[in-house]
Amino acid sequence: MNYLTNSPNYWCPGCGNFAILNVMKMILDELKADGVPLETIVIAAGIGQHAKLADYLNVNSFYALHGRAVAGAEGIKLANPKLKVIVFVGDGDSYGEGLEHLLFAAKRNIDLTVVVHDNRVYALTTGQYTPTSPYGFKGRSTPGGTHEHPLNPLELLLAAGATYLARGYSAKVDQLKALIKEAILHPGFALIDVLQICVTFFNQYDNYNQRIYELVGHNHANFDEACRKIREWNYDDEAKIALGKLYQVTRPTFEIPVKGGDDNRAEMVKTLLKGMV
Amino acid sequence: MTLIGLPPYTSGMDGLSIFIGGRAGDGIDQAGILIAKLLNQLGFRLYVYRDYPSLIRGGHTFSIIRGAKEKIGTHRQTVDILLALNQDCIDKHKEKRHSRTVVVYDSDVVKTDGLGLPLTSMVKTAGAPAIVRNTALLGALAKVLGLTWEKLEIVLRANLKKEVEVNLTLARQGYDAATVNLKIDQQNAALLPFVTGNEALSLGLLAAGLDAYVAYPMTPSSTILHFLAQQAEEFNLQVVHPESEIAVIMMALGFAYAGKKAAVGTSGGGFCLMTEGLSFAGMAELPVVVVLGQRPGPSTGLPTYSCQTELNFALSAGQGEFTRLIVAPGDAEEAYYWSGVALRLAWQFQLPAIILTDKNLAEGAYSFDLSAIKPLPEEKTLLWDGQGDYRRYEKMESGVSPLAFPGRAGAVVKINSYEHEEDGTTTEEAATTKTMQDKRLRKELALLQEIETLEAVKVYGKKKAKTAIVCWGSNKYLCLEATEKFEVRIVQPLVLAPLPLTQLRLALSGVEEIVVVEDNATGQLAQLLKGAGYKIDALVTNYDGRPLTVELLEERLARTIK
Repeated sequence: MNYLTNSPNYWCPGCGNFAILNVMKMILDELKADGVPLETIVIAAGIGQHAKLADYLNVNSFYALHGRAVAGAEGIKLANPKLKVIVFVGDGDSYGEGLEHLLFAAKRNIDLTVVVHDNRVYALTTGQYTPTSPYGFKGRSTPGGTHEHPLNPLELLLAAGATYLARGYSAKVDQLKALIKEAILHPGFALIDVLQICVTFFNQYDNYNQRIYELVGHNHANFDEACRKIREWNYDDEAKIALGKLYQVTRPTFEIPVKGGDDNRAEMVKTLLKGMV
Repeated sequence: MTLIGLPPYTSGMDGLSIFIGGRAGDGIDQAGILIAKLLNQLGFRLYVYRDYPSLIRGGHTFSIIRGAKEKIGTHRQTVDILLALNQDCIDKHKEKRHSRTVVVYDSDVVKTDGLGLPLTSMVKTAGAPAIVRNTALLGALAKVLGLTWEKLEIVLRANLKKEVEVNLTLARQGYDAATVNLKIDQQNAALLPFVTGNEALSLGLLAAGLDAYVAYPMTPSSTILHFLAQQAEEFNLQVVHPESEIAVIMMALGFAYAGKKAAVGTSGGGFCLMTEGLSFAGMAELPVVVVLGQRPGPSTGLPTYSCQTELNFALSAGQGEFTRLIVAPGDAEEAYYWSGVALRLAWQFQLPAIILTDKNLAEGAYSFDLSAIKPLPEEKTLLWDGQGDYRRYEKMESGVSPLAFPGRAGAVVKINSYEHEEDGTTTEEAATTKTMQDKRLRKELALLQEIETLEAVKVYGKKKAKTAIVCWGSNKYLCLEATEKFEVRIVQPLVLAPLPLTQLRLALSGVEEIVVVEDNATGQLAQLLKGAGYKIDALVTNYDGRPLTVELLEERLARTIK
C-alpha cells in the first residue's frame, strides 16, 4: 500500500524528510504484516517542515502546535494505552520550544516513540539557528554567527530517564527503518535523533558522510558506556559521529490504569455526598 | 470567668456568625470546618468564608462560619462569637465586633476582655502538640453554644484523622472550662451535605461523565485537583499533574482526541499559558473544559484572595476567532449544575468551555442541596455512523461534524491546528478557509439555541422592579441579602458567552435603571452588557481582594440607586 493522502508534497527535492516518510511507509507495511491493526497507529507532529508528514501519511494524526506534540501524545497514550503513538518533531520544535515536555516524557518513561527530524536549522521559517546548530552558525537571526554552543540532546535525554536512545541518518535508510521499528516496539520512552539533511538551509551531507560510523559491539544496556558514546560528539566539534542504538533498558512505564465498565455516576455522586454532611 | 454578654442571636437570615482566627499553621482552616460541621448537625444552612495569606507558617488567617435557617452564601459585617488564637484577631478585627460579641481567647497569648482560657498552658501540660489549641477552643465554643458534650464528640470523632484521643481530652478541658451562653434549637430537620464550591464543581463534572482531570497546582483551583485525585480510584477517573499548564491543556486535548472527556483547572496566570492550547481546541474542534478560578492580578497579584477580573480575558483568550462557552456559577448548586452543562455542551459542540469561578466561590463552603438541582441536559455527542469514508471535519448544517476516535476500524481520524480540508489535511486555499471558518462559527448559533433552553439568566428579588442589580458569580447571595430593603430585582447571567440575549431581554424588560455589581475595577460585565446594547446607569466595583459584606454593599447601593 502507499499509505499516502491526496495532499501535494511541498518538501524540497533531496530533503531528508522523504527518507523518513518512506521508512514510515515500509514500517506500516511491516506492522500490518505483523498483525498490528493500522487504526491503532497515531502519529503526532509539531509545527515545522517535519510536521507535513502528518498531512502526507494516511493514518490517524494529531497535527499539534510548535513544541507541544509530545504533551498531546502523552494525553492520547494515557487515554487509550492500546494505541501506538509515534511523535514526529523537529529540533527547533522539540529541543527548543518544547524541551520541557520532552524531558518530562522521558522522566515518566511513558510509552511513546519520538522521531526527531534534526536538520539543525529552522527550515520552515527560512534559516535560523536551532539548539543543535554548531557554534558560529550564520543564520538569518545571527548573521555574525552564533555565540552559543549546541545542546547534546541525547545526553540530556539520557539524564532525564529515556529508556531507548538512538541516532539515525536520513541517508542510511535501512538502518533508520530498523531503529524506528525497534523504537516503536520498545515499551517505554524511545527517541531517535535523526540527522536529517536540509538541502536548502544547512546541507551537511558531505560533512556527515566523512564522519559517520555504525556502532558495533556497543554495550547499549550500560548507562556509563552509553553516556560515553553519546558524549563522543557534542554536535559542535569534528569528532566521529556514531549511528545506531546508543541505549536501551526497560523500566516501568507511566500509565494510569482505570477499570472499565459503565458506572452510574449520578448514583455514585449521591453516595459520596452522604459522607459529606 | 465572666462573659461580656449574650449575642443577639435570632433565627432566620441573620443567623449566627462565628469567627475563628490565628496564625497560618494554627489549624484555623480545619477548625473552621469542624465548627461548620458542628452547626450542620443542628440543621443550620451554612456559608464559610476563608481568609488566609499566601504563606505556610506565620501571618494572620481566619474563617467566618455563618449558619442560618435559610440558605445563605455570604457573610455579614459583624460576628456573634469571636474565637481568638492570636492578638491579630482582636487588633485587626475591631469592626467585626458588635456590642454583644462573645470573645473566647487563649489568655496565654491574647490580651483582651471576654472568656479567656489558658489554652497554651493546657496543651503544654497535656503534652499535646500546639495545634491542638484549636480543639480546646472548639470545646469551649460547644459549651458557649449550650451544646451537649456528646454532640461535639460525635463531630470530632467523625472528622479527626489522627491523635483523636489527645484532641478529645483537650476539647473536653475547653468544654469544662467554659460556661453556657446560648441555647440553640435545631434549625432544620433535614441535614444537608456541606461542600466547597470547588467540590461541588468537581461533583458536577463527575456526574456529567468526566474521564480525566489534568492540572498544575494554582490557587484557587488546586483543591479541585486534590479532591478529584482522592476520588480517582472510586470513580475510574484519570488524574494527571504534568509539568506546566501548557502540558496540561495539550494533554487534555490528547485525551479528547482519543475520545475521553477531560477538564483542566487553573487561575489567570496558568490560563495565560493555556491560551495557545485553547486556540488549538477552537481550530481542531477538540472539546475541553477549563476551570478558571479568578484571583487578583495583574501577574502574581494576591494569590489567595478573590476578584472577577478574568471575564474579558476568558472572552478573548487565544489567537483567531472561535466559539467558546463561558459559564459563571454563583453558588455550590450552580457550580455543580453548570460544570456538568459545560462538559456536556463542550462535547455536543466540540469546543472549549470555560467555567469562571472566583476564590470566594471556589474555596467558600456551602450547604448543598442536590435535590434542588435540575437534571443535567442529556448527552448529545454526535458520533460517526460508520458509513462511507470518515471525514473528521465534514461540513454539516449545524457546523458539528460526527466524531470518531483513533482505534476505530475504517476511520482515519486527522485533527489539525492548521486550516484544513474536511479530511483534516492542511489547506491554504481561500475558498476552503472561508467555508471552514463559517462551519466552525455556525456552531455558535446552535450552541446559543441550546443555551436559551436552559435557565441561563436568573431573576430574584422584586421581579417587576424598575431598578435591576446585575451581578455574576459569587456575588449572587451578597446581592440577594444586601437588597432586601430596596425596591430592586436581581439579574444574574450564568452564561456569559455566547450571551443569552433572549433571556437577558426578558430579565431586564421594564427596567429603567441598571446597576452592575462586580469584583473588579473596570466593570467587565458592564462592558459586555454595553456591547449588547444596554445602558449601564451605575457601577459598584470592589477590588481589594476581599468580598464585600452585606452591610457594606447595602451602604454602597443606598448611595447609588436613584
